Amino acid sequence: MAQPESQVPNIGVTGLLRWAWRQLTSMRTALILLMLLGVAAIPGSLFPQRSQNPQKVDSYFTSDPTLAKWMDRLHLFNVYASPWFSAIYLLLFISLIGCVLPRTFHHLRAIAKKPPLTPRNLDRMEGYRIVPVDQEQALEIAEKWLKHHRFRIRREGNSISAEKGYSRETGNLLFHLSLILILAGVGLGGLMGMKGEAILNVGDRFINTPTSYDNISYGKFQGQGSLAPFSLTVKNFVASYLPTTGQPSNYVLTTSISSPIGAPAKEVIIKVNKPWTSGSTKVYLQANGYSPVVTVRDKSGNITFQGAVIFLPQDGNLSSLGAIKIPDMKPQIGFIASFIPTASSTAARGIFSTYPEVLDPRLVLSAWKGNLGLDSGTPQSVYSLDTSKMTKIGLKALTLGSTYDFGAGTITFDGWKAWVNLQIVDDPGKMYSLFGAIFAILGLLISLFTRQRRIWIKVGDDVEIAGLAKNGILGLEEELKALARALEEFRGETQ
Amino acid sequence: MTSTNLAYFSNGAIYACLAIFTIAFFSHAIEVAWSVRNVENHDQTEFDFEKTRRAGRIGTAMMILGFAVLSVAVVTRGLSAHRVPWGNMYEFSITGALMLTAAYLFAFSKYKVRWLGLPVSISVLLTLGTAITVLYRPSAPLVPALKSPWLAIHVLAAIISGGVFLVANLVAATFLIMERYELKGGRPLWANKIPSLDSLDQLSYRLIAFVFPLWTFAVIAGAIWAESAWGKYWSWDPKETWAFITWVAYAAYLHARVTVGWRGRRAAWLCIFAGSTFLFNYIWVNIWGTGLHTYSGL
Repeated sequence: MAQPESQVPNIGVTGLLRWAWRQLTSMRTALILLMLLGVAAIPGSLFPQRSQNPQKVDSYFTSDPTLAKWMDRLHLFNVYASPWFSAIYLLLFISLIGCVLPRTFHHLRAIAKKPPLTPRNLDRMEGYRIVPVDQEQALEIAEKWLKHHRFRIRREGNSISAEKGYSRETGNLLFHLSLILILAGVGLGGLMGMKGEAILNVGDRFINTPTSYDNISYGKFQGQGSLAPFSLTVKNFVASYLPTTGQPSNYVLTTSISSPIGAPAKEVIIKVNKPWTSGSTKVYLQANGYSPVVTVRDKSGNITFQGAVIFLPQDGNLSSLGAIKIPDMKPQIGFIASFIPTASSTAARGIFSTYPEVLDPRLVLSAWKGNLGLDSGTPQSVYSLDTSKMTKIGLKALTLGSTYDFGAGTITFDGWKAWVNLQIVDDPGKMYSLFGAIFAILGLLISLFTRQRRIWIKVGDDVEIAGLAKNGILGLEEELKALARALEEFRGETQ
Repeated sequence: MTSTNLAYFSNGAIYACLAIFTIAFFSHAIEVAWSVRNVENHDQTEFDFEKTRRAGRIGTAMMILGFAVLSVAVVTRGLSAHRVPWGNMYEFSITGALMLTAAYLFAFSKYKVRWLGLPVSISVLLTLGTAITVLYRPSAPLVPALKSPWLAIHVLAAIISGGVFLVANLVAATFLIMERYELKGGRPLWANKIPSLDSLDQLSYRLIAFVFPLWTFAVIAGAIWAESAWGKYWSWDPKETWAFITWVAYAAYLHARVTVGWRGRRAAWLCIFAGSTFLFNYIWVNIWGTGLHTYSGL
C-alpha cells in the first residue's frame, strides 16, 4: 500500500524556528499585532479596572459573583497587566525589532551605495520625454541642476542616474526605532520604579521610608532601600472654591522639605500641576479632605482617645465618612461618623453639606459598643466599622465644641484638620519614553513630508529624461518639467 | 465688557452661527437640488451648472462668514473666563465646529471642493445645536487639574486633528457613495461636479497623512501633561485608551496604503472606521465613560 506523501517538507527544528522568526518579523505580522493591541485595549475601557476604580470592581462581585469570577479569570478587571495583553505587546516589541533592525542596516548600506544604474529603456518610465537640446553639454547642465537640487548622482558613460529623498526611509526608521525606545522606557519604569501614596494631616511629618506609606508598590527590580531620602512636613493647605457653584478653583499645599534627611529644610509649594521633584522621584498633590479632631473620655473622665481621624470625601461638597475606633474601652466603642463641612438639612435628606469649605461644621455620629473585631487577624479598613459583633447605642449630630454622652463615656468635637493625599512616584524610564516620543514625531514628519524619487537623463541620438516616484507620489512631473526647462534655457543662452 | 456680558455675547454669536450655517446648508443643498430638477427638463448631456453656481457661491460666502462669527464666539467665550476656551465639552464642541469649518475652508482653497460644503455645514449645525442645547455650561474658571499651559497645547492639537479627521471621513463617505453610483452604471448628473474617485481617494489620504503627526503630538502632549498632573504619563484611562485605539487605526490606515497598497473602497472603509473611533471617544467616553478626563459635569 502506498504511503500518502507528506505535504510538509522536513525542515527540522532550526528550519521551523527560522520559519517562525520570519513569520513573526514580517511587516504583515507586525501590523496584525498592532491592530490586535488596539482591539485588546478596548475591554479595559468598558469594564472597571482594579488599578483605577477598585470600588466599582467590587460592585461587580457583589451583584453577580459567578460572572465576576469568570471575568476575573479572563483578567477583564486588570486588562493592561494581563498575560494576554502583555503577550501581544511583547510579541509586537520583538516583531518591531526584527522588522526594523534589518531594514536599518539595509538602509545604511543603501546610503553608502550609489544610486542604481540608469535603466536601458527610459521610455517605459514615468514622465518620459525627449528634450530638444544639444547633446554635448546636456549631461553637464543636468548634473549641475541635479546637484543644485541636492540629488545623489551616479554618472556613467552617457547617462546620469540621480536619486533624492533617502530621508523618507530615514524618518520612517527613526519613527519605528523611537517606538521601540518608548516601549523600552515603559518597561524600565515598570521594572525599576515605585509608586506609593500617603495621607497626611496638616502638621504631620513624612519620612520617605516604606512604612510611612498607606500603600506602596515596587517594580520587580526596585530595591526597597533605594527610596529617595527626604522628609516632608505639611505646613499648610488652602483650597479655594467658587462661591456660586462650589467648584474648586485652586489648591495650594505649603510644605517644608529636607532632602536629604537632616539637610536644612526649605519651603516648597506643591500644586496639582506642579509636583516637587528630586532626581527621578516626584511628589504630587493628589486629593484632599477633612479629619475631624475629637476627644473621647471614659466614665471617670480619663482620655481614651484624642486626635484627628482621617475621613474620606463622598461628594463634591466634601461630606466625609469615616470611623472612630476606641479599642481601649471595655466594652470596645466605635463610631460610624460623617463630617459635614457646611451643614444644611431637610426632612427628606437629613443633614447634608452645601459647600466644600468648613463654614458651619457638624459631626454626625452613630455610636456602637461590643467587639471591634481588630484581633480577628483579617486586615480591616480604618475608614469603616465592622458592626457584626456590635450593638448600636445612639445617634447624635454635634456642633463644633459640643459633647455627646453615649453612656459609657463622652465624645467631644474639638475641631478639624485638612488632610492631603500625596502620591510619590519614581519612574526612571520616563525620560527614555519622552525622548522616544520626540524622535517619533520628528521621524514621522520627515517620512510623511519627503518624497523619494529617481530621475534619469540619457544622451544618445536624443536627450531623454524620465523618472520614478516611490509610492506614486505627486510632483515628479513638475520636477522633470523644471529640468527640461533648465536644459532648454541653457541652449537659449548660448545661441 | 464684563465677563458676564462677554459670555452672553459669545452665546449670541453661537445663535448667529446657527442661522448662518443653516443658510450655508440650504445654499449648498439648493445647488444640488436645482441640478436635480434641471435634469428632468434638459437633455442630460447638455446639463448646465451655471445656473446653480450662484447658490454655491452664497454657500461658500456663508461658510466664510460663519467661520468669522464662530471665531468671535470662541474667543469671547475664552475672554469671559480669562482662559483658553477648552474647559468643558460645550467649549470643545464649539471649538471643534470652528476647526471643522477651518479644515473645510483650507481644503476648499487648495482643492476647490465646494461640494464638501453640504456635509460639512450639516455637521457643524448638528455640533453647534447639540452644544448650545444639551452641553451648555455657564462660563466659569478652570478646575485646578486643568490649570496648565498644556491645556492650550494638548487640547488644541486634539481638536484640530478631530476637525481634519471628520473632513477626511466625509470625503471617504462621498467616495463610497460615488463608487456605488459608478458601479450601478454612472453618477447622477448632479454629482458630476464632485471630483473623480481617484481624487477623492487621494484627498482623504492626504488629509490623514497631514494630520497624523499632529494627532501623535496631541497624544504625547497629553501624556506629558498627565505626568505632571496625575503622576503617571499613561494610566489607561478610557480617554487615553481610545486615543491610542484611534492612533493605531490611523497607523494601520497609513501602512495599508503605503506598504500594502490599499486604495479605494477598502481604504475608505478603514478611514471611516478610524474616524469613528475618534467620535466614539469624544461622545461616549465624555458622557458615559468614567475616568480622569471627566471634569465639571461635562
